[in-house]
Amino acid sequence: MAEVTFLEALRQGLWEEMERDERVFILGEDVGLYGGAFKVTDGFAKRFGESRVIDTPISEAAIVGAAAGAAHMGLRPVAEMQFIDFISCAYDMLTNYVATARYRAGLSTPMVVRGPCGGYVRGGPFHSQNPEAAFLHTPGLKIVYPATVRDAKGLIKASIRDEDPVLYLEHKWLYRRIKEQLPEGEEILTPIGQARIARDGKHLSIISYGATLWKSLEAAEQLEKADGVSVEVLDLRTLLPMDDAAIVATVKKTNKVLIVHEDTRTGGIAGEIAARINEQAFEWLDGPIMRVTAHDVPLPYAPTLEDFVLPQTDDILKAARWLANY
Amino acid sequence: MALPATRPTAAVPSGAVLSADQLLEIYRYLRLTRTMEERLVALYRQTKVIGGLFRSLGQEGESVASAYALERGRHRDVLSPLIRNLGSLLVMGAQPVEILRQYMAKADSPTRGRELNVHFNDLEKGYLGQISHLGDMIPVMAGIALSFKLRAEPRVGLVYIGDGGTSTGTFHEGLNLAAVQRLPLVVIGEYNHWAYSTPPEKQFAVKDLAEKAKGYGVPSVTVDGNDVFAVYEATRFAVERARRGKGVHFIEVKTYRRKGHAEHDDQHYVPKADLERWAKDNDPIDRYVQRLLTADMVAEADLKDIDERVRVEVDQATDACVDEPLPAAESALPGVYVDPPAADKLWFKVL
Repeated sequence: MAEVTFLEALRQGLWEEMERDERVFILGEDVGLYGGAFKVTDGFAKRFGESRVIDTPISEAAIVGAAAGAAHMGLRPVAEMQFIDFISCAYDMLTNYVATARYRAGLSTPMVVRGPCGGYVRGGPFHSQNPEAAFLHTPGLKIVYPATVRDAKGLIKASIRDEDPVLYLEHKWLYRRIKEQLPEGEEILTPIGQARIARDGKHLSIISYGATLWKSLEAAEQLEKADGVSVEVLDLRTLLPMDDAAIVATVKKTNKVLIVHEDTRTGGIAGEIAARINEQAFEWLDGPIMRVTAHDVPLPYAPTLEDFVLPQTDDILKAARWLANY
Repeated sequence: MALPATRPTAAVPSGAVLSADQLLEIYRYLRLTRTMEERLVALYRQTKVIGGLFRSLGQEGESVASAYALERGRHRDVLSPLIRNLGSLLVMGAQPVEILRQYMAKADSPTRGRELNVHFNDLEKGYLGQISHLGDMIPVMAGIALSFKLRAEPRVGLVYIGDGGTSTGTFHEGLNLAAVQRLPLVVIGEYNHWAYSTPPEKQFAVKDLAEKAKGYGVPSVTVDGNDVFAVYEATRFAVERARRGKGVHFIEVKTYRRKGHAEHDDQHYVPKADLERWAKDNDPIDRYVQRLLTADMVAEADLKDIDERVRVEVDQATDACVDEPLPAAESALPGVYVDPPAADKLWFKVL
């Protein structure tokens, strides 16, 4: 066993897949000799050569488009967005070209688009985004969003092996903040499409993913201590396809649901989860489905502003307490 | 038989030689393209074509000649045609019946009724259908060319872009990426004078599309797009250059769109005199035939024979599929992903 960071686990997963399968290659901005803005691909160009770790121009649409073309021909590209905020420049390519390829034309497009997302790091409006909701609405894409070190590794490996295009969102606040013992020599694969119970509970469920999973766990701990309320926490891990069975199971167990995400509220994923619970488990509910999300504003830079806008542990705690007492 | 010495510019001395059989084969593809489109017009008027119908009248020459310059066969060169490159598709081996089924949205069409007209693929034969977002196929074909480069395969990609399409961001991103990576990619810029109803002067401020390519360090040439020989020779040169690892090449073909954007469009915005002039003096098939006969390269009877055989082939293809069914409604659900194998059927459909 060795203690590794989230970033190191991701790096290991990429490295192992590059070693295992010579069809896997990486392309993106500054990913080669520089090793990527966050050093996720540090050392890769030296080990695998610059033909498998390709530095590209600042052209997100071309990066994603070229990855798609190479994937059609049987390669397994991993395209890095330097910050996931810039994925919007490739929105057309991902939603119109990549996502539809199998359905409209029978084209196989096994590729991964990955990049650092999320706030709590004073990154301002364009280095802090969570773009998952913009892509949740696109049949043909898969979206994974690991919260743990183990899943950072297991999901990047599973994404590279998946036959369909996967958007892999990695929260930069978690990169070096969380550590976990990972067994050496054991292959870690996290199945795409399966949520995970991060904390068992009886009275209330919190459904979350990414950085707010950790804040939800903190809030659950505090609520249990202070009020004796037993809170279950579900880590979605994959956002598309959504694990309806796991969501419905936790609702049936606790009968109260709080959905927590870092993305803004309107049109956010919490709304979709709430609608599914309404359709599939309405009669099991003992209270309204509630949300804790970011405020509906672009993410501001100043610490006072960012901390107010993004969901904090205390926000989750208060919301969970309100719902527990409903 | 040696190609007559009518090279488009001194910049493309490919030394290419076409046999009499090849000259006739090119003629067959030209005739097949035009006959297919005439048949599609008839089917459109009978409301058997489900959506729009897009003609390549006047552009058959550059489509056929450029595709003909590729190495064809299983796992050879790959091209990505646009809506007015039916001729390119046919050259790469797409079958008339497949195209007719596509336009009529038949269950047995290559996309099983999911996509329109020429938006379909056969990567083994070497064609990748476009999507409607112009420019997007440039980065995608750069990626296909990248796969050739990474595997050190002596294969080439070829992609078409219209004059209007060169205004898109993806065109520029893709061409630039292909240039810096020295990918084996040939880009055919089709200057057909009309992007839907927009003329070139509202689309860009350069005179020739070739100037845009030069801005990315991509060698480029402008040729007479209605001269089959010129387009073939320029493409052949670019393709073989790319195959030798020399990188991207851009060929601008000057041509003219003689029909509206689609069959519904009466092209009232196009000067009648221009249309008449291009039809009368500059039809690519007429010019090709005249050239073949004047230089005594083929016999007129051979051409007539091809006309007849093409007519029969298109008749047979039409008969084979015109009465076929549309896809079953629920066949809409599978195939978004490998796994899950089908989209959920919504609750109100099972009430």
